[in-house]
Amino acid sequence: MKLRTMKTGQTGKIHAITVQGSLGLRLCEMGLVPGTSIKMEGRDPVKIRLHGQVLTLRNNEADHIEMNVQEEEQ
Amino acid sequence: MSAALSIALAGNPNAGKTTLFNRLTGARQHVGNYPGVTVEKKEGFFTWKGHEIKVTDLPGTYSLSAYSVEELVARDFIVNERPDVVVDIVDASNLERNLYLSCQFLELGVPVVIALNMIDVARSRGIEIDADKLAELLGVPVVPIIARSGKGVDKLFDTILETAGTAKNIHPVMLRYGFDIDQALSEMLPLIEDNNLLTDQYPARWIALKFLEHDEQILEKARAANAGLTDRLLQICEKITNHLQQTMEVYPEAVIADHRYGYIKSVLHQGVIHEKFVGDRLYTSDKIDKIVTHRLLGPVIMAAVLYGLYTFTFNYSTSLVDLLATVFSTADTWVNAHLPDGPLKSMIISGVIDGMGGVLGFVPIIMFMFFGIAVLEDSGYLARVAFMMDRIFHFFGLHGSSVMPFIVSGGISGGCAVPGVMATRTLRSPKERMATLLTVPFMNCGAKLPVLTLLIGAFFSAHQARYMFLATMAAWLVALIAAKFLRMTVLRGESTPFVMELPPYRFPTLRGLVIHTWERTWQYIKKAGTVILGISIMLWAMMTYPGLPQDQVNTFARQRQIIEQKLQQLKTDATADDNIRPAGSNLMVELETLNSNEARARLRNSLAGRIGIALESVSRYAGFDWQTNIALVGGFAAKEVIISTLGTAYSLGDVSTENTTSLKERLAGDPHWNPVVALAVLAFIMFYAPCFVTIVCIAREAGSWKWAFFSMTFNTIFAFALAVCIYQTGLFLGLGG
Repeated sequence: MKLRTMKTGQTGKIHAITVQGSLGLRLCEMGLVPGTSIKMEGRDPVKIRLHGQVLTLRNNEADHIEMNVQEEEQ
Repeated sequence: MSAALSIALAGNPNAGKTTLFNRLTGARQHVGNYPGVTVEKKEGFFTWKGHEIKVTDLPGTYSLSAYSVEELVARDFIVNERPDVVVDIVDASNLERNLYLSCQFLELGVPVVIALNMIDVARSRGIEIDADKLAELLGVPVVPIIARSGKGVDKLFDTILETAGTAKNIHPVMLRYGFDIDQALSEMLPLIEDNNLLTDQYPARWIALKFLEHDEQILEKARAANAGLTDRLLQICEKITNHLQQTMEVYPEAVIADHRYGYIKSVLHQGVIHEKFVGDRLYTSDKIDKIVTHRLLGPVIMAAVLYGLYTFTFNYSTSLVDLLATVFSTADTWVNAHLPDGPLKSMIISGVIDGMGGVLGFVPIIMFMFFGIAVLEDSGYLARVAFMMDRIFHFFGLHGSSVMPFIVSGGISGGCAVPGVMATRTLRSPKERMATLLTVPFMNCGAKLPVLTLLIGAFFSAHQARYMFLATMAAWLVALIAAKFLRMTVLRGESTPFVMELPPYRFPTLRGLVIHTWERTWQYIKKAGTVILGISIMLWAMMTYPGLPQDQVNTFARQRQIIEQKLQQLKTDATADDNIRPAGSNLMVELETLNSNEARARLRNSLAGRIGIALESVSRYAGFDWQTNIALVGGFAAKEVIISTLGTAYSLGDVSTENTTSLKERLAGDPHWNPVVALAVLAFIMFYAPCFVTIVCIAREAGSWKWAFFSMTFNTIFAFALAVCIYQTGLFLGLGG
């Protein structure tokens, strides 16, 4: 499942980053590596929480992040 | 006293680097630019236990790859300048990501001291860090500090001195990157070592790693040093890339990053970190964000904040601006009274003093703006603005942060492009920044306003408010479309990744704000000031020379003499006769007309005048006469000059921006002018070449004069095309009257 399609409040683990080049490396640098737990906090632009920090990404950037959704709140 | 020690401060953005830098150096700092790029280079000095220490504040980075200018600058500094110690500032409350950069210093094999900053914040979040354990596992000193209060900084200094004394032979740390990558590395290593490929600058293993990461800078250097070997190494990289793609669908750089994080996790899990609370907790920052970035409330608050910044910049600085204006007009008066008439006096008044006024007049505005921006930046709000505005601005090829320079430049009409251009510094994406830099001058700055008011008042007085509003809208529209156009042509290319951190809100420190504001303002005075003064004198010369031929000067003098004689005659005949008064005032009017005619003749004959007349053959397609042309040339000095120059060109004597009634009536009654011409001129003035102060600032901010000239020609051609369209359409529709 792509990060963008996750619902607000959902949590999951990154399965894969499917982009190379500057964006791919940048995502890795910011801590978005496979296995990292993420909580979705808002969309458009995408807002996520990981390691106690809040990151934002454009929608099309979030399309390159494949997720394994763990649980659903509510 | 020993020789100066050199240290570099490195770390993630928002880790507290600048706070520490300001604490160390105070006012003893110097801000410049790295050669050829627009990244700020901050250096400073301090003394500790008899050692003179030179500190360089490197740009905040998350990594040392070659993808951003900041990262390249930081890496090059460390590799080329070889500081005695790299002080890596690490945010204790976000250890995992911050150590990613530290990890790369270890791989690079440079002497590192880790300053574990904001341990208080971490503690308040229930995170306890065992600094000694971390130091032991990483093999480098770790000193817990609180940069804000200065706690632990003394210990940091001692550690730096110790490390500088002992760290001569540091071995790069060898990380494992998984079987496939390690295999490739072991194939590449002997080739690099045997041929000494760049090994005088970098560790061999690091070079191999950069090959696998496709690091452009290293590849280029390697190619220049040994093209054959580079190709061979690249073949190995390609092989492994294909293999990784086929087996795991990943790229080498992702695997490498993954293993770096793996290494960090393994270090942290060996008892370095103790978390008391588990799970999510709403911190103050999140509570604020719930309101401030709310779907509906967020934009309202943002509009209020940006409007506040605007008001603060332009309204609160007025008293200082006025004070400066008084100082310069006093100087004018003094020179006027004490120097004999002549070219020297004219140059000192119109060139030097007015030029200095032009340079320094912007200082209060720039100071207030940078103070306001520093508050927004240091508190963390600016990142939220970028977050909320990005959706709109990204559509036009810009960045969410572009909104602020636009507002300051006149997005709310009445701003100024000079601070606007300088405000683009807060943008970190190079292409988006350049596009912003080149389009903010389209906004209606405070100097264009009186000109717009004049023309609208003269020809569209019935709908004045509506036209002013339309002018603001048109400016936004044109600027955004021009940005899109530039990003599709000269500034074509992928957007810089937007991925960014929303840092926790923090109270800015007053010390930080003051230093921030002062250093940026001083940079403007020093760097832009001299050039602006020079150009100001040049423009004065253009509007003054060559003077009128002697015979014409004589004619005017003779006529003046005749009138003055008549006046004298009247005075001596004065017998309290009431009939004299009208005669006298008639003579006074005659004298004024004569002076105005002479001023007009002088302007016409000057270089600027000749340019204006020569341009008439082209400008008539847009309906401009030579008087307008001269005024537009003058407008390059400053847009408000258009009014006074038009006044002189139409023989109206001195027309000030405050009182334009005579000029308004003159234009409204002139057979050459009509609403269509006025509209064409209006459009041209809004969009043609920015004033030269802006041009100088664009050159400074873009790092080259090439872009400054581009801005001048591009804007002028665009504005002229628009004016021609308006005028010709108007003529075609028969509206020209």
